[in-house]
Amino acid sequence: MSAFFNILLGGVFHAAVLFLVAAGLQLVFGVQKIVNLACGSFYALGAYFGVTFITAATSLGLSPWLIFPALIVSGILLGVIGPPIERLLRTVYARDESFQLLLTFALVLMFQDVFRFIWGANPRSLDTAYLIYGTINTPDFSVPVYNLMVIAAAIAVAVGLGAFLQRTNFGRILRATAENRAMAEALGVDVRRIYAVVFTLGAVLGTTAGALIVPTAAASLDMAVELVVEAFAVVVIGGLGSMWGALVGALIVGLIRAFSLVIYPEAEVLAIYLIVIVVLLLRPAGLFGRSAA
Amino acid sequence: MSDARVVLIAIAGIAALALVPIVAPPYYINLLVPFFGYAIALIGFNLLFGYTGLLSFGHAMFLGFGAYGAAVVAGTYGVRSFELVLLAVVPAAMIAAVPIGIVCVRNTGIFFGMLTLAFGMLFYSFLFKFYHLTGGDSGMRVPRLSIIGLDFAQLNKIEFLAGPFYYYCLALLVITGAVMWRIVHSPFGLHLRTIRDNARKAEYLGVHVHRFRLAAFVISAAYGAIGGVILGFRVGLADPELVYWTHSGQLVFMAVLGGASNFFGPIAGALAYTLLQDQLQSLTQYWRFVLGAVLAIIVIGFPGGIVGVLQDFFGDLRQRLARSTA
Repeated sequence: MSAFFNILLGGVFHAAVLFLVAAGLQLVFGVQKIVNLACGSFYALGAYFGVTFITAATSLGLSPWLIFPALIVSGILLGVIGPPIERLLRTVYARDESFQLLLTFALVLMFQDVFRFIWGANPRSLDTAYLIYGTINTPDFSVPVYNLMVIAAAIAVAVGLGAFLQRTNFGRILRATAENRAMAEALGVDVRRIYAVVFTLGAVLGTTAGALIVPTAAASLDMAVELVVEAFAVVVIGGLGSMWGALVGALIVGLIRAFSLVIYPEAEVLAIYLIVIVVLLLRPAGLFGRSAA
Repeated sequence: MSDARVVLIAIAGIAALALVPIVAPPYYINLLVPFFGYAIALIGFNLLFGYTGLLSFGHAMFLGFGAYGAAVVAGTYGVRSFELVLLAVVPAAMIAAVPIGIVCVRNTGIFFGMLTLAFGMLFYSFLFKFYHLTGGDSGMRVPRLSIIGLDFAQLNKIEFLAGPFYYYCLALLVITGAVMWRIVHSPFGLHLRTIRDNARKAEYLGVHVHRFRLAAFVISAAYGAIGGVILGFRVGLADPELVYWTHSGQLVFMAVLGGASNFFGPIAGALAYTLLQDQLQSLTQYWRFVLGAVLAIIVIGFPGGIVGVLQDFFGDLRQRLARSTA
């Protein structure tokens, strides 16, 4: 039984991180209709910057207890990259979606070398800084408190995003823009501003996810392109543009990965893509997506 | 473009490529061998992208079919003839592409791209994880093969690649290119373009949209497999990186760099990319950044790619000439 709970919690932890990235992807796709391949690069950027930020802050006397909020702050600070990149993407909004996809692919290539230039080719990590928060040990399982905090943060983001989209005025405007851009514009919505805000929000979700992962895993050059395919699996399973889809998809992918790693390691990624294909065969638009006529 | 001009351009291109081994140092001859592999794969890719309007983001999978197929047929079963390997691998890739295609062609746009990406990564993780079957991350060896029954035993591999194999690849490119030219200018090709421009209208006119898309998908798989055999044979190795999604992205990059709206665009793109990457790699370790910037500039400023820019330039020139003589 104890193994089961450990795997379960490991899977949920991974799902929490995946959800944050996928939520950013969904938000941007839902409103701007752009599939952002660079979401993985934002995630990697968050991780690298998180290492630098915490190292610098600690040397300036940051209490190690504040590492968790500090990482969130570092993720949010990276929101500054949102508006300029959105400005770049603005040049191709009117274009075919394949060109939009390609432009984000260009960003992936460029980011990879930016990381190499600033942080070098070797992985960077914060060692075991997260152990400061201790570990919960029960006869059934043992889990670092830090992991639970990340899971809690992801749940908070999910609830917060849901409330923001459903209850606030800005959220309503956002959904209206996603629904019908031209109509929203005709009603006086400043779509340019909405796009800039949405893209920045999407980027912050990615960078924060990357920052939060860094106490438990190293920041490396490969993490960007590796995460993209998992985040893609999440949104395809869940349905493009759906927040519920991101949540359920992240749980499915996170848990499948965790369990197949233990049961049949060869099938780790294979299992995820088999699910992707099965879902697409049965429900081409994903579990929560609308049909893509 | 008139037929006579196309033939002229094609002959000029073939002649230029045929002259390379005579005038260029062996380094560049060797560099151009993968170009042929990419060019053939991209001609097929563009049947999907340029002519049918489907952007595949998992096309490197077919390169993998070709390279791993060659490794299995030549390595495991000991068939040491390039033609026989092609005869075995290409139909196999086409058969494998049928079920994948059936699933994928029901979608268009971004959904098609993501589905092909999913299948590509499925194949990648199979190659990567099933070590006992595929050699995992170290890949599978592709042994040396004879071409048209001659094994050129007196030449070492480099000389072989830079000499007979270079011309062999050129011939393959010409043959596959001519076949594709026929395909896109047949009624079948016209059907595909109709589907690209307005799928619903095409369906209304009685075109089996899915069936035609599937046919294009399977043909492009065959071209991808031929390209993959060349790439795998050149390095002597089929490795899983060949199938990774970023490599699929690289294929799209090449097609757009050359210009996907023109028949010769992908070939020009493969050539330009191969030379550009080689130059950049010798200049800086941050060549990916420059390539990314080039891609961004092409996407934003020159969606017609290299061929598009050339066409604009010559079209402009001709207009001016016409005006000055008038």
